[in-house]
Amino acid sequence: MCLAIPGKIIKKDKDEKGIVDFGGVEKEIILTFVPEAEIGDWVLIHTGFGIQIISEDEAEETIRILNEAFDQ
Amino acid sequence: MKNERITLGHGSGAGLTQKLIRDVFNKNFKLPTLEDAVVIEGDMVVTTDAHVVRPLFFPGGDIGKLSITGTVNDLSMKGAVPKYILITYIIEEGFLISELKKITESVQKAAEESGVSVIAGDTKVVEKGKADGVYITTCGIGVLPDKIHLDARTIKAGDKIIINGSIGDHSVAVINSRENFKLTGIPESDCASLNKLVQKMLKAGKIKFMRDPTRGGVATVLNEVCADTDLGIIIEESLLPVKKEVRIVCELLGFDPLYLANEGKLLAFVGQEAESVLQAMKEDPLGADSRIIGEVSAETNGVYLKTSIGGLRPLLLLDADQLPRIC
Amino acid sequence: MKLSISEKFRDPDLVRSLVEELQSWEKPVKLMEVCGSHTMAIGHWGLRKLLPSSITLLSGPGCPVCVTPYSVIDSIMNLKDVTIATFGDLIRVPGRNGSLEQSRARGLDVRIVYSPFDALEMAKKKETVFIGIGFETTSPGVAYTIKQAAEKKIKNFSVLPAFKIIPPALEALADDKDVSIDAFILPGHVSAILGSEPYRVLSEKYRTGGVVTGFEPLDILNGIRMLLRQIQEKDPRIEIEYKWVVHKDGNPQAKAILDEIFTVEDSLWRGIGKINRSGLTIRDEFSDYNALKKYNLTLPEKDDFDKGCRCGDVLKGKIIPKECPLFKVKCTPENPIGACMVSSEGSCAAYYKYEE
Ligand code: SF4
Repeated sequence: MCLAIPGKIIKKDKDEKGIVDFGGVEKEIILTFVPEAEIGDWVLIHTGFGIQIISEDEAEETIRILNEAFDQ
Repeated sequence: MKNERITLGHGSGAGLTQKLIRDVFNKNFKLPTLEDAVVIEGDMVVTTDAHVVRPLFFPGGDIGKLSITGTVNDLSMKGAVPKYILITYIIEEGFLISELKKITESVQKAAEESGVSVIAGDTKVVEKGKADGVYITTCGIGVLPDKIHLDARTIKAGDKIIINGSIGDHSVAVINSRENFKLTGIPESDCASLNKLVQKMLKAGKIKFMRDPTRGGVATVLNEVCADTDLGIIIEESLLPVKKEVRIVCELLGFDPLYLANEGKLLAFVGQEAESVLQAMKEDPLGADSRIIGEVSAETNGVYLKTSIGGLRPLLLLDADQLPRIC
Repeated sequence: MKLSISEKFRDPDLVRSLVEELQSWEKPVKLMEVCGSHTMAIGHWGLRKLLPSSITLLSGPGCPVCVTPYSVIDSIMNLKDVTIATFGDLIRVPGRNGSLEQSRARGLDVRIVYSPFDALEMAKKKETVFIGIGFETTSPGVAYTIKQAAEKKIKNFSVLPAFKIIPPALEALADDKDVSIDAFILPGHVSAILGSEPYRVLSEKYRTGGVVTGFEPLDILNGIRMLLRQIQEKDPRIEIEYKWVVHKDGNPQAKAILDEIFTVEDSLWRGIGKINRSGLTIRDEFSDYNALKKYNLTLPEKDDFDKGCRCGDVLKGKIIPKECPLFKVKCTPENPIGACMVSSEGSCAAYYKYEE
């Protein structure tokens, strides 16, 4: 129900804002809901707000388990 | 519907525009074709085009350049060599003359680069608030080379569909500079005259039909071709040229690049000689990224996209422009 | 080129392997994808055609545009001399007197924004009302915007609250005797905020399992696979497939601001009717920013669904869109009757687009 896409934080301001890089396209995003997110972290963005930090490790792990299950 | 009014959707080039032509214009005109340009007197091609773009200046172009390239491309899609342009400005009271100068310089530059002459024109000024800065309408005249006759009805199953490069660039550049999305890193509009590329293509092999996927995008043009030919079309997602940045904006705002406008792209339907046409295209700077994206099929009806994971998705005609979505 | 995270979840080989496994499933099951973005993704990637006929995917109530009642559109149109800021997909939703897009043609100042925060910017120039639709993914951003307006004492801004919350709606579905759903594909991004705990009641009280699932093809297929396993083991439970984004406890900061600015109330869902404690409105402390109070608007307790629209039954999975007598006859994306046809990811529109 809610379009949200991953972006990488490349700049963080004091006032809860930052610049996020979506892979070439950059935009100012409000990071107030992800206060622990650091520069270099991937966050999920919805309507201009970071709503959750993305765990690259968990993503890799999911893929690894699937690969293992199907023997690839 | 007595009280039905025009919405922006009626100008989208998609389903609502076609309905308007059907229900209002063609009740009276009985146009021989719904295409943008028409052949008259055997070897002359004429077209008319109106340009309303906001903002007037956008990355990669402005309304002046667009008015020339759009007109040149409409003529070119018929195979014609564009020659003359007539131009009309409708200007809002209060508009800066310095801006008008800039736009007009841009018209002239684009005309020179495309090899066409602006030969006549008209100027009207309307009250403040009655127009969005400036609107430009044009009329284009071109000449058809010997034995060139492009017709959608000659398209057959197995024909290849070629595009000369990435899709969606124009829409995304304009939307980003118009709306308040404040995205950086967006490619420029692809706004360009295709006449030189087209003449090279015509020499390289037999082209059956061409269209420029402007408003409504690639999917709309393909749907129109299907309707005209009673054939089906299957294109492959993995073959579609979409710039990474354009793809990202689409994911961000919920757009499908197949329905976004282009101003420097063409779709060509080619039979046996697809490879040699493709080679010729690649040698032109505006065709360097040309590729075959799919083919015409007798097995289906309508337009389908084979997705990169092997699924099949119908590409229907939309009614109106896509809107940014939250979901 | 290095693959992005999303791209890794589109690996055609892995998709093929998963599809092969799912193809061997025999027992007929009905799974509901609660979320409209799942509906869209399933159509976008052509996933339905890759599944066996034994697996039926029902599209649930998870499109905030679909469930926004007529009355919200109707009442906002009565506002004069303000800028109405809204998310794009709402402007084609028909109210009793047409859509906001049509009202714009009659002179109403309607603007599309990407973020509620952009609407606050607009308020600097002209009195602005933001139409507050959305689920838990969207409402925290609006809450933050209201709080900013209050802190910066921006008086020109208000929000018409029409927010919905998801778990009560799911409970209503699980509780409806006529609705037979074997398991839920649970929304990924709502859960990024809420976590997975609020869904526990589904498996514990109603014995309907669910998997919080992401939106890439591999996520969706993997989510379905996890649900089938639950069904096979006869052990309904709440699991998370979308582990790379969703944690059990969700996002505490976002939940806190929801609580600070909003309060829960009963709410009308288009086609479903009233669901107890399923909506959010603005707390009295912030009533200056509540457009309903500011402009003295009231939303009716009830909304009539004349014209024979069966949106409600579609949302509940009781019928598929083409079983509605109006589908494609009177109701098309060009002339939508129910909201399920309006949003391009509404159940009927998605069906119209992708399944014919
Ligand atoms: S097809 Fe139209 S009328 Fe029928 S349920 Fe869907 S939205 Fe309602």
